[in-house]
Order: sequence, then C-alpha cells, then structure tokens
Amino acid sequence: MALKAEQINEKTVWQDLTEGLQIHEAATSKLFETGEWRTNTPVWIQEKCKQCLLCVPYCPDSSIPVCENKREEFDYKHCKGCGICVKACPFHAIEMKEGK
Amino acid sequence: MRKLTEIRWHGRGGQGAKTAALLLADVAFNTGKHVQGFPEYGPERMGAPITAYDRISDTQIRVHSNIYEPDFVVVVDDTLLHSVDVTKGLKKDGAILVNTLKTKEEIIPLLNGYEGQVYIIDAHKVSMETLGKYFPNTPLLAAIVKVSELMEEDVFLREMEASLKHKFAKKPEVLEGNMKALKMAFQEVH
Amino acid sequence: MAIKERMSGNEAVSHAIGQINPDVMPAFPITPSTEIPQFVSTMIANGEIDTEFIPVESEHSSMSAAIGSSAAGARTLTATSSCGLALMWEVLYVAASNRLPIMMQVVNRALSGPININAEHSDSMGARDSGWLQIYAENNQEAYDNTIQAYRIAEHPDVKLPIMVCQDGFITSHAVENITLLEDEPVKAFVGEYNPEHYLLREDETMSVGPYALSPFCMEAKRAQAQAMMNAKKVILDVAKEFEAISGRSYGFFEEYRLEDAEYALVAIGSACGTIKDAIDKLREQGMKVGLLKVRVFRPFPGEEMANALKACKAIAIMDRCEGYNGNGGPLGAELTAALYRAKATAEVVNIIYGLSGRDVTVGDIEGIYEKLVKLAEGENLFGTYPYLGLRSR
Repeated sequence: MALKAEQINEKTVWQDLTEGLQIHEAATSKLFETGEWRTNTPVWIQEKCKQCLLCVPYCPDSSIPVCENKREEFDYKHCKGCGICVKACPFHAIEMKEGK
Repeated sequence: MRKLTEIRWHGRGGQGAKTAALLLADVAFNTGKHVQGFPEYGPERMGAPITAYDRISDTQIRVHSNIYEPDFVVVVDDTLLHSVDVTKGLKKDGAILVNTLKTKEEIIPLLNGYEGQVYIIDAHKVSMETLGKYFPNTPLLAAIVKVSELMEEDVFLREMEASLKHKFAKKPEVLEGNMKALKMAFQEVH
Repeated sequence: MAIKERMSGNEAVSHAIGQINPDVMPAFPITPSTEIPQFVSTMIANGEIDTEFIPVESEHSSMSAAIGSSAAGARTLTATSSCGLALMWEVLYVAASNRLPIMMQVVNRALSGPININAEHSDSMGARDSGWLQIYAENNQEAYDNTIQAYRIAEHPDVKLPIMVCQDGFITSHAVENITLLEDEPVKAFVGEYNPEHYLLREDETMSVGPYALSPFCMEAKRAQAQAMMNAKKVILDVAKEFEAISGRSYGFFEEYRLEDAEYALVAIGSACGTIKDAIDKLREQGMKVGLLKVRVFRPFPGEEMANALKACKAIAIMDRCEGYNGNGGPLGAELTAALYRAKATAEVVNIIYGLSGRDVTVGDIEGIYEKLVKLAEGENLFGTYPYLGLRSR
C-alpha cells in the first residue's frame, strides 16, 4: 500500500517511496509549514483595507484566506514573506515588518 | 534456376533504380520467393550515382551486406559506364543488362573486359511507344526477368497485372500501357 | 492465421503501430525514421486508426509532448534517429524517472560528425543510461514482433518505464524483406487496453508529477527506479512467452545461435547478426566450433545470463557498432567484459568496433574474425590493441 504524503519523511526507505515520487492526493502543502522560512512579515492594516481582494490572486502561496467575500488575517503558517501583496495593494493596507 | 539470385542495380538519383529493385522483389515475393530489396544511400541528390540490390532465394535470407559478386547487373543509365565500374565482381556465368540507345558492339568495350553475357534494351523507345513518357523502370523490370530467367514470362505478366490492377485501380489506362511496355520489353531485350 | 507479407522495417513497425492504435503520437521527422510518422499519419488520415498526431517543432518538443501525454494517461508513441534522439537527451531522463511507459521507435543512425545518415548504434547507445528499456532487432520481423511486445513490458505495473524499440537504419528500416504478420485481433488482444492506476486526467484523483526531490529523497527515488529496470527482466521473459503462444516465435534476452558447443563466439547487436549466422554455417561445415550470441535486450543488461551462455568459450569477440571515445572500446564490450569477469569466465576477450556510419559488414569479414579468435585462444593476438573491422590503416 502506497504511503500517504504525511507518512513520507527522511526515514522512509526507498522501497516505500511512491513510483516516480508521484503524489496522489491534494493539498499536501498543508503538511509543510513553509511560513517557517519567512524573514520579513506582511502586516494587514485593517482600517485602510477596502476589501478589494487584489492581494489574494497575487499571493503565490495562497496565504490570504477569503471567507464570505472578505479577506482575513494572513496564514502565517505558509506565508513566506515575499512581499508581493504589499506591492499589489492600491491602498497601502499591507506593510512589511522586519522579522517573523 | 539458381538457389539464390543476386542482382545489383546502377542508376542515378531520381531515375527509379531503387523503385525498380523493390518492384522486382515484390513480384518475386508474389511467386513465393524469399526476397530482399534495398538501396544503398550515398549523396541524396538527383543525378548522383546510386546502387540498389535484390536478393531472391528459395530459402530465408539472413545476410545483411551489400552484394559484391552479383549474378546480374542492371544499368539504368549508360552514362554511368564511364564513371562507375558496373561489372565489378559480376559473375562470369551471369549477365549485364544495359539500358541504352547504343548498339551492343558500342557498349561491350565500355564493360572493362567483362566476359559474361551482355544484353541491351532501349527502354526509352519501349517507354515512349507504350506509355508516352520516359519511365525506364517498367521495361527494365521485364528485361531483367527475361535475362535472369527468374520466372516464366506468363507468370511474371500475370503477377504484374494483378499488382498493377491493385495499384492503378482508378487509372485503367495506366495499367494497359504498363502491360504493353512489359510485353514489348520482353521482345526488345537482346 | 499468419499473414505472409514483404515490407521494409519501417513499414513493419508502422503496421504494428496501426494494429496497436496508440492514443497519441508526437513526432518530428528525421532520416531514417521519417517514414514511421509518415505511415502513421497516413493511417490516421485514412481513418484506419484514431491516434492523435501532434506535429511539433523539434525532438525536444516531441519527447516533452510525449511525457505530458503519457502522464495524462494516454498510450504514447514517438519515433526518432540520431541527432533527433540526442536533442531529446534532457527529457529522456524525465520520461524514465516519472515512470512513463512511452514507446519510442529508434531507427539507429550515426551521431554527427562527420554528418552521416547510415546505421550505427551511437544514438541509442549514448542514451543507454537514461533509464529507458532498450530492445534491438536483427530484421524487419523482429522489429515488428518487438513493437507488439513493447507496451506489455513498459506498462507492466512492476516496470512502468519507457522503451526504445531499435532497428538498424536503412539496413533493415529501408530493406524490403519477407515477414510474417499477425492478424489485427490477436495483436489487439495481446497488447490490451492501457489502464494506468494513476494519471493526470483521472477525474476522482488529484495528482502531482515531476517532483523536485531534495538530497534526502533523491537517492532513494533513483534506487527505486533502478529496481523497475531489474523487475523488467522477468516481465520481458513472461511477455515473450505469451507472444510465442500467439506467434510461434520465441524471444529472450538474447538469441544463442549454434552457441551450445561453440568454442569461439561473437556477440553482436542488430542486422549484422544475420550476416554472422551465414558465416557460422559456412565455418561449421568446415568443422569449426563457432557460434553467436545476439543481444536483443540491452536495457536491462542481462550480464549474468550472457556470461553464463558464453562460459565454455575459448575466445569471444564482442562487436560494437559504436565508438566509445574512451580509448577503451565500445559500450557492449565494456559491460559484457565486466560481466564475464564477475562470472569468472576464462575466455580470451576482444572488443571490435565495426560497421560505423553504415560501413558494410560481409560474411568474409566475419569469417576473418573467427579465424583470428582461434589464434587468440592459442595465444597469438592478431587483432592488435584497438581493433576496428575493415579499417584502412597504415
């Protein structure tokens, strides 16, 4: 029986790897908290935000959750701090701060 | 008849020597023989000398080399006699067939002292009279069958008619011309 | 009922492809394999098969498109030769590591330069370590039979690797010879439908293909891929056995021709083997104990099995239609010599480079090699240190 993505780690022996390292399930990025890589952090300034949602499609890591047509707080578990959302926001409602 | 017959064709790119070699393999196959028909590719240019080969045998053919000691040689274009050693390795008990407007007496001195049988045919005349265009393949095919005694004339004509009928199903006039060319070539080769 | 026909090697493999009716064929034409995409697209145009033909702008693209198509779940085919294969280089490895059972018809031709269009194994031999299975043919019949068996081997769940079906450019690809074809129905039944477990277009499963793997995973992934190549050995023999049941023609990793009691053996690949067989029959009539081991499967490399078959020989000439440019000989020579050493064989071994760029090989040439092998076994080396067959030399 092929292993699930969450069962594969640096102790997995070669016989247990999936064929061609294919992954046959969705949303496996949830298993890996790339937010840990972040050196600078975007901060959402809610008062300035017009909820235009332009930042959402620009985010390469899908780290801006949307609920009922409104964005919510960043998913800092996966946000790598690239800062694209800061450039995308027409209302200066996102600022970068140094560090996590 | 020979157990294995090996034939070498000399022509120029575009004259159909390869096609003629493959046609001969085809008709021999249809009479139940094992065959091998293959070209030797040099410079792929119109007019460049090319060689093609036929092996026709009663048993399976495994060898995959060119033919160096043919039983028969066919020369599609007599201008090659000045540049290519067409009789090289040709068996003395075999024969050479040259397509030419010249006489046999004019051709023989050009064959490097070949001691075997020499045959000529004016495929141009046969082709023009029967097909109205110059296709040397058809007359040469009949001529080499006669020279090599690979099969009886009537067997050959029957097989050719069947395969041409299939090939030119929509052009019966082409079939008729080709059959005339084959029959005439049998008479003309000497 | 077997069908007696005559056709060229390119026609023969195209006929098999028509019987298989693969889903997708991306291809870019190159001599001497050009006729294959030509014949296949003719069959498509005539409505005989419903293969999707993708005209591409290069061989890098044809292999890339083949990878996409195969990953999507389609039974995929392409064809190439020489520099075309070389241009696929990068993506050949991608096809194999992603475990995509693509079939590629390789009509072997010399790699440049000098530019040459004729038979040589340098193209596929250069790709011998790309992770593809490789099967070679002596004549049109074997090329046809190998094509029919190819998907069964490549798509087997224990294998899942791409496969090259190789034949010699012009010598077999363009030579019209007798052949015995199978009827369409038994071929279709034998090859079967392609039903991969995982594929990108599967509606009820998401899937990612072509991963980036960090060092802690990459080595394990490669070892797993190597296992598939090893597994292929059993599958190749099983498929051959099944094929024999429908065709009456038997295949293995290699063919042993009068090898059983042979003291002097040649080992070779491809069309020259027919010529070697004629030489053997001639020499056997004179009482010489000579034989041939004709390699059919080069990847996986059946080294142990070959060494076993050659164990009793006194002297062996390993023939490479490919220069290794390593100052040491050709690829078959290198790999088989190593296998013979491991098997503790005691035969004298010489590696001969022959037939490069379409240089003709005659029965007489082969007889000469056997005569020298006899001398070699007696301790006299007439081959020299770096033998080339039929080379003009000072």
